[in-house]
Amino acid sequence: MGQTVFEPWNDPDAKPLIQFKNVTKRFGDFVAIDNQSFDIYEQEFFALLGPSGCGKTTMMRMLAGFETPTEGTILLGGQDIAPIPPNKRAVNMMFQSYALFPHLSIWENIAFGLKRDSMPKDQIDARVAEMLKLTRLEQFAKRKPHQCSGGQRQRVALARSLAKAPKLLLLDEPLGALDAKLRQDTQFELMDIQEKTGTTFVIVTHDQEEAMTVASRVAVMDHGKIIQADTPARIYEMPSSVYVADFIGDVTIISGTATPSGDGYDIAFAEGQPDLRAKSDIQLSKGQSCHLAIRPEKVSITAEKPSDAANALQGKILDIAYLGNLSTYHVELSTGQVVKSQTANTRRLSRRSFTWEDEVWLSWTDTAGVLLKE
Amino acid sequence: MRRLTWFNTTALTLGFAFLYLPMLILIVYSFNSSKLVTVWAGFSTKWYGELLQNEAFLNAAWVTLKVAVISSTFATVLGTMGALVLVRAGRFAGRTLFSGMIYAPLVMPEVITGLSLLLLFIGIGLDRGVFTIVLAHTTFSMCYVSVVVSSRLVSFDRSLEEAALDLGCSPMEAFRLVTLPIIAPAVISGWLLAFTLSLDDLVIASFTAGPSATTLPMKIWSSVRLGVSPEINALSTLMIGIVAIGVITASLITKRATLRQQAEERAAVKA
Repeated sequence: MGQTVFEPWNDPDAKPLIQFKNVTKRFGDFVAIDNQSFDIYEQEFFALLGPSGCGKTTMMRMLAGFETPTEGTILLGGQDIAPIPPNKRAVNMMFQSYALFPHLSIWENIAFGLKRDSMPKDQIDARVAEMLKLTRLEQFAKRKPHQCSGGQRQRVALARSLAKAPKLLLLDEPLGALDAKLRQDTQFELMDIQEKTGTTFVIVTHDQEEAMTVASRVAVMDHGKIIQADTPARIYEMPSSVYVADFIGDVTIISGTATPSGDGYDIAFAEGQPDLRAKSDIQLSKGQSCHLAIRPEKVSITAEKPSDAANALQGKILDIAYLGNLSTYHVELSTGQVVKSQTANTRRLSRRSFTWEDEVWLSWTDTAGVLLKE
Repeated sequence: MRRLTWFNTTALTLGFAFLYLPMLILIVYSFNSSKLVTVWAGFSTKWYGELLQNEAFLNAAWVTLKVAVISSTFATVLGTMGALVLVRAGRFAGRTLFSGMIYAPLVMPEVITGLSLLLLFIGIGLDRGVFTIVLAHTTFSMCYVSVVVSSRLVSFDRSLEEAALDLGCSPMEAFRLVTLPIIAPAVISGWLLAFTLSLDDLVIASFTAGPSATTLPMKIWSSVRLGVSPEINALSTLMIGIVAIGVITASLITKRATLRQQAEERAAVKA
């Protein structure tokens, strides 16, 4: 049975819910958003990911209506939203600090937006009850926010922002204040709720794992620009630049010069080391500098030199990071370059094959690494 | 509990005596049956009875109360608005001047404030009376309100207001439904402060009051110049009593609210 894949961004007929058209935002001399154009589609879970100060929060605040673009337009459902004040937009936001009203009960917090629309009382009751059920808060309805735990408050904030059934829900670092375990549970809960309600979610986060877990597409941002926007798998496996490769997950970057050969390139990266072999579609001229990005889990570590590997390098183990399920080896080549290799600890209490200072061989295939220009 | 050393005991006794002995003497002498303030002639409450017959005092008390309530209410509205602008508006041309002008009356000698207001009222030909005292008290007490409210606003989380806007409030509704209820304690204490300041102001009221309006502090001051009468002692004792009851009630209410909140929090943690 063929299930249709949810990829509206690849469908030329799909109509985007949100369109950024050459949007620039400046605060004085500081350029927060630098001439950006991109689309977000209905029912997407779109993540804006980047270090603090990269412009991701500004992007979200422009959608909510708390900032207006200096140049360019933002369309929501085909309509320019610049002249619409925040209280008239079909957009709701879940704030980083949750921003729950401390003087109102949980019930009143969730009903707050509905009351502003002068909805009839019985409909408000029904909608709030529905939201309380969705976020499993039924027995806390009468409490005040200060009487709730962090996780409960987070769910109240979500229920309050979803109550008005917005076209678009904005989430500003929604899980930042939760501890690791609770955060993981909540991420799945969020995805579940997003699927149930069919609302388009835009999430802002600096936590790459969070973005990868929840989002249908991730936009990696830096200095007011979206560097790459794609599915989590493609962002991880096919980063378009060293910045993205380095920002998402663990990676070893080897810089060198390329020589075209066959359907790929030979990369010379250091005196006395063999050239590395990588298949790639990118266009490089002979002698052009390039970077090879290799994920640690794609590098095998062996005691003897493997006979059939496309790439094999010898080095000495500098460090071992034991993570329980995985171990990451930092192997130093004779040139000083450190290459990371990760293996799964599939057997319990097995004697560790390698230890510090061991001479080992690292090997990977010619398709394991991603060749990048910049 | 740690025992007090003789030094601490002495310091404590002297300190409290310094603060409260004058008031204690005043209270004791208000129950003196003699007309001579400094000679004790036995216990009596007759001065309290006479006080209630004294129309001049009662009128002055009524004027004072009216002025205090009206001026502190105006001062609270204006002071809160000033605080909002100062905290919210960020940088604008003349901000430093504006904030300086709001806070200047705090350090301005009362005599100068009073004199300048008097000149103004004469200049624009305003008849001096209750109205002018209200204006004067509003002017000098709004800066106190502004200080109290802006210190609360500084720690106020702006995202609460943004959340209100986001959920469909107009800016006015956001202020009325979210900001005001949250900063209410600061606004109320600002009002109380303005009320107290107006209640016991003598200097500015003397400058701005006309023959038609005399406040209680002015009345007491003028009576005392003719000699301290036991009636004044009785009046002062009543005022001390009212203030003490007010302060104790306020602190009891606050304490009970805190205790209840703590109990609720404990219940929430257990649940």
